[in-house]
Amino acid sequence: MSRPSMWETLRGIVRRDLLLAMRRRSDAAMSVFFLVIVASLFPLGVGPEPAVLRMIAPGVLWVAALLACLLSLGRVFTADYLDGVLEQMLLISQPLAVLVVGKVFAHWLISGLPVVLLSPLLGLQFGLGGESLGVLVLSLLLGTPTLSMIGAIGAALVLGVRGSGLLIALLVLPLYVPVLIFGAGAVTSSLAGIGGEANLSLLGACLALSLFFAPWATAAALRIALE
Amino acid sequence: MSFMGVNWLKYSSPQAFYPLAGSLIPWCAAAAILLIGVGLYIGFFIAPTDFQQGEAYRIIFVHVPAAWMSMFLYVVMAAWAGLGLGLNARLSFMMAQAIAPTGAMFTFLALLTGAMWGKPTWGAWWVWDARLTSELILLFQYAGVMLLRTSIDDLRRADRASAVLALVGVVNVPIIYFSVRWWNTLHQGASVSMTAAPKMAATMLTAMLLMTVGFWMYSLAVTLARMRCVMVERESLLSWGKQASMQEVAEAR
Amino acid sequence: MQWGSLEEFLAMGGYGLYVWTSFGTTALCMGWEVLALWRRRAAAVAEHRDVS
Repeated sequence: MSRPSMWETLRGIVRRDLLLAMRRRSDAAMSVFFLVIVASLFPLGVGPEPAVLRMIAPGVLWVAALLACLLSLGRVFTADYLDGVLEQMLLISQPLAVLVVGKVFAHWLISGLPVVLLSPLLGLQFGLGGESLGVLVLSLLLGTPTLSMIGAIGAALVLGVRGSGLLIALLVLPLYVPVLIFGAGAVTSSLAGIGGEANLSLLGACLALSLFFAPWATAAALRIALE
Repeated sequence: MSFMGVNWLKYSSPQAFYPLAGSLIPWCAAAAILLIGVGLYIGFFIAPTDFQQGEAYRIIFVHVPAAWMSMFLYVVMAAWAGLGLGLNARLSFMMAQAIAPTGAMFTFLALLTGAMWGKPTWGAWWVWDARLTSELILLFQYAGVMLLRTSIDDLRRADRASAVLALVGVVNVPIIYFSVRWWNTLHQGASVSMTAAPKMAATMLTAMLLMTVGFWMYSLAVTLARMRCVMVERESLLSWGKQASMQEVAEAR
Repeated sequence: MQWGSLEEFLAMGGYGLYVWTSFGTTALCMGWEVLALWRRRAAAVAEHRDVS
């Protein structure tokens, strides 16, 4: 029996997690519903003035997307932790970081990508148009994987801890601040007519940085949680 | 590992560290009282009135040292946490645990005195300036590290998990500082220029530096004292299961 | 020395409230921390004796 390559391991994990998610579709639908509801509450609270809505749109949509990502973080490792699969996964021949990347990518496909795909619709609700809608989608496309990557560290740290739902928010939200600033900043500057390129490239840098560091930190946290 | 004829590695065992910490605390405390006392005297009675900010500027004698200490202590805490993870040293984790509350307190004080300084100087209790925002996030991170520790029952896991979080946070704070600074240039209207600080008289600088070193000595004394508490508490936690270890502690004292 | 009287010193050129709140809170926090540690240590040592 030959050892599976790193790539095969990665694909296997992603496929498995996607299959599991397909059996429980309501899980994936929940973060999308959450996003829609939160984003719809703001106009009701602030008032229907189009100029005001357009001004607050980048921040509101980004914060809503960020909270939607946060809510789904508990699911990254918990199910596998509870039924003992995670412990078995630590024994695979590949580096644990590869497994982490696979699981986080699957998690992003299930709960991050729908948020990205839905965001233009919400942008329209807030009166965004044309270029800024595109920038919104692009910023979320670059930003939500970063959120999942950073969030996975927190998810691994609080695995099996009492009150972990609230705790993870407290641990992870401070780490989300730069992504929020750049993401909302990209949309704001495109609205102001100065283009969002600079912010988008900084978001890209955040993604690269988190891709490089977060899997190792998450792997370390998983080992600590399971030893 | 010897330096100046002393075997420093010896102090990495709790039994040797406990009495060492005990004998260091009075010296650090005395130095802190002396330095803070002299710093306050120079700050209030010798340093001249600032011609732009009036007497309100005297708040910086407590604000700047507190802000410096809050950041310095976070880095030191993360360094001990990293050392603990790398060398698997219990004492390093205890050190990180002992530093956190003092660091959080200085962060809170930096924020509060910053608001006290900002109100008369800028006319606002709070502005979304890069330094203030990073300081606020720093407070959240201290809180996160301490909360994570208290919510995990297993001591070994609590040590390691909070160490990982402290290390992740050390990367985060500079990123936040620069991102907010950059963000502020985008929202020009709301930002207040803090870089145009008036030139400081030598006595002002002296007072500030004395206060900073005094706060540092205070942190050392308090951290070492808390460390001793932590050691005793952990020892009695252990001895619920194992009675015999009491002998060792009695010797260590 | 720029203070003519105690009142002048306490007024801090009209900024007394801000200055003394800052220094007062700092002193309170530090004092409280030392006191809390004192009590924590006493409790820890007492607990320790009970266990042994």
